[in-house]
Amino acid sequence: MKKLRSLLIEIVLIICLLFLGIVWLEKSSGMSDAKVVNIYNWGDYIDPKLITKFEKETGYKVNYETFDSNEAMLTKIRQGGTSYDVAVPSDYMIQKMRKEKLLLPLDHSKLPNLKYIAPQFMNLAFDPKNKYSVPYFWGTLGIVYNDKAYQASEFKSWNDLWDAKFKNKIMFIDGAREFMGIGLASLGYSLNSKSDAQLNEAYEKLKALTPNAKAIVSDEIKTYMANEESSVAVTFSGEAADMMAKNSHLHYVIPEGGTNLWFDNLVIPKTAKNKKGAYAFINFMLDSKNAAQNTKYIGYSTPNQGAMKYLPKAITSNRAFYPTVAQIKQMEIYEDLGSKYLEKYNDLFLELKMYRK
Amino acid sequence: MKKYNTLLAVPYFMWLIFFVLAPVLLVVGYSFFDQNGHFTLANYAEYFSSGKYLLMTFNSVWYALLITVITLVISYPTAYFLTKLKHKDLWLLLIILPTWINLLLKAYAFIGIFGVHGGLNSFLGFFGILPKQLLFTDFSFLVVAVYIQLPFMIIPLLNALDELPASFIAASKDLGASATQTFFKVVFPLSLNGVKSGVQAVFIPSLSLFMLTRLIGGNRVITLGTAIEEHFMVTQNWGKGATIGVVLILAMIVVMIFTGEKKVGGKK
Repeated sequence: MKKLRSLLIEIVLIICLLFLGIVWLEKSSGMSDAKVVNIYNWGDYIDPKLITKFEKETGYKVNYETFDSNEAMLTKIRQGGTSYDVAVPSDYMIQKMRKEKLLLPLDHSKLPNLKYIAPQFMNLAFDPKNKYSVPYFWGTLGIVYNDKAYQASEFKSWNDLWDAKFKNKIMFIDGAREFMGIGLASLGYSLNSKSDAQLNEAYEKLKALTPNAKAIVSDEIKTYMANEESSVAVTFSGEAADMMAKNSHLHYVIPEGGTNLWFDNLVIPKTAKNKKGAYAFINFMLDSKNAAQNTKYIGYSTPNQGAMKYLPKAITSNRAFYPTVAQIKQMEIYEDLGSKYLEKYNDLFLELKMYRK
Repeated sequence: MKKYNTLLAVPYFMWLIFFVLAPVLLVVGYSFFDQNGHFTLANYAEYFSSGKYLLMTFNSVWYALLITVITLVISYPTAYFLTKLKHKDLWLLLIILPTWINLLLKAYAFIGIFGVHGGLNSFLGFFGILPKQLLFTDFSFLVVAVYIQLPFMIIPLLNALDELPASFIAASKDLGASATQTFFKVVFPLSLNGVKSGVQAVFIPSLSLFMLTRLIGGNRVITLGTAIEEHFMVTQNWGKGATIGVVLILAMIVVMIFTGEKKVGGKK
């Protein structure tokens, strides 16, 4: 029994030591250190060389953490456990974070490089006058196809997806707003519709699309399209760029009749402790040359006008990734729907997933 | 001695309170609140009045049942023959070995096998069979789920069959029973406890295999796990997610009652 007791005491001691170790590590990794910038970004969403360059140029140390969904990011920032200095939420999430007062207003005088952002990407509805955010990358929702199986002419509009020849062929991105959006856009309704009648009409129409769905998945689409498990998928332009880099037979098209236009944006959350570092980082990323380098690495569309001249013509003249201003006018940015309609979209989506032939 | 006994139980009680009781209470608690934090029964009302959730529940139970039955049918003979083998421990180790590999890795391996250009399709190609869509079907979902659950069924069955004294079978044969009679009148009834614990170990986790429904089923197979994930991660309506969780817990209790060992009445 004595042995057991000493064993117990030992275990408790070890736990205490480990705990102290964590506290010490957190301290030394600079929770309070003014020389560290905590960046909270999507996975693989920055050229790592730029981080090294930033550290060299400014002397700050970057602590880079990643998330895989806007909602996961929101939860962590709301909790405030880690004091992130810069985060990268999407459009509708900025609206939500603004409502919850989780963002700090930006002082534009500390961001001289903001002038490089193209005017059509400034002052958007989700953040008037860019009070809280600076666009980082943008893109659209469209269709990727493999030219061994299909041609661009087969994907003129969203309605083409209903064609019986696609039975059990199409991969869809696993998102309620995206899937419902296909239905809404094909009927000519707004992607942010809050009309029950329109939503039900879209739902009824989408029922007929479910037999064509091969799978409703998320990141896996990239692999499946690249290794030709599937020949057509509905996904975001950024993801499409990734797949196309791996398989030259893949092409991205934006169907006519409106689609989602999305923005990922740099913000300074309320939790920020190193505001100076945050401004330095945002300004650094806005620099034309850095933005161009980052764009080459990530493959998404950059809102940085200045960066365009450093990018190869093949990229900037590709209408699938840099659509004309007139095309962009037709597209819609997601708005925060509020919990009632967010749930409605998700409920309908869940029912569609369950709907069988 | 007595004093030590209660003192030593403290860590276990703490464990039970913090890691078993508290989470269950939290789940039950959350299920009675709406998104604005008001007390409500609406979550349950919606669950039991909407065809969607009832259908999903039915789907979950149906798939779990299929998985359990298939694993049982495969495992029983396997376990039975294992007891007759010489190097039992080695064979047992080989059966347990796959459980050391992470579930996700196994799922990804199956994606490779079932793919249009995957191993199984190129194998079928040798016989002139054209590539088939195997991934994202009920078939592939069931195969992977059964494969993953097999060890959890074989082990309790093996234990139960191994404990069966050989003299019982000899006696049965001495008394003139045929091999089939011996099996159905002696072996099977005496191994029933193994069957029950195997069913528990397989059926209950099978109710919410949401990673597999996504990776292998491509979200074309929907179970309650999918809905829970959606409510916690996307709509952030924890109340509704918790309600589904409570229903699953209840379903598990029902299974436990039906398959539990009955100790009353002196009958074993």
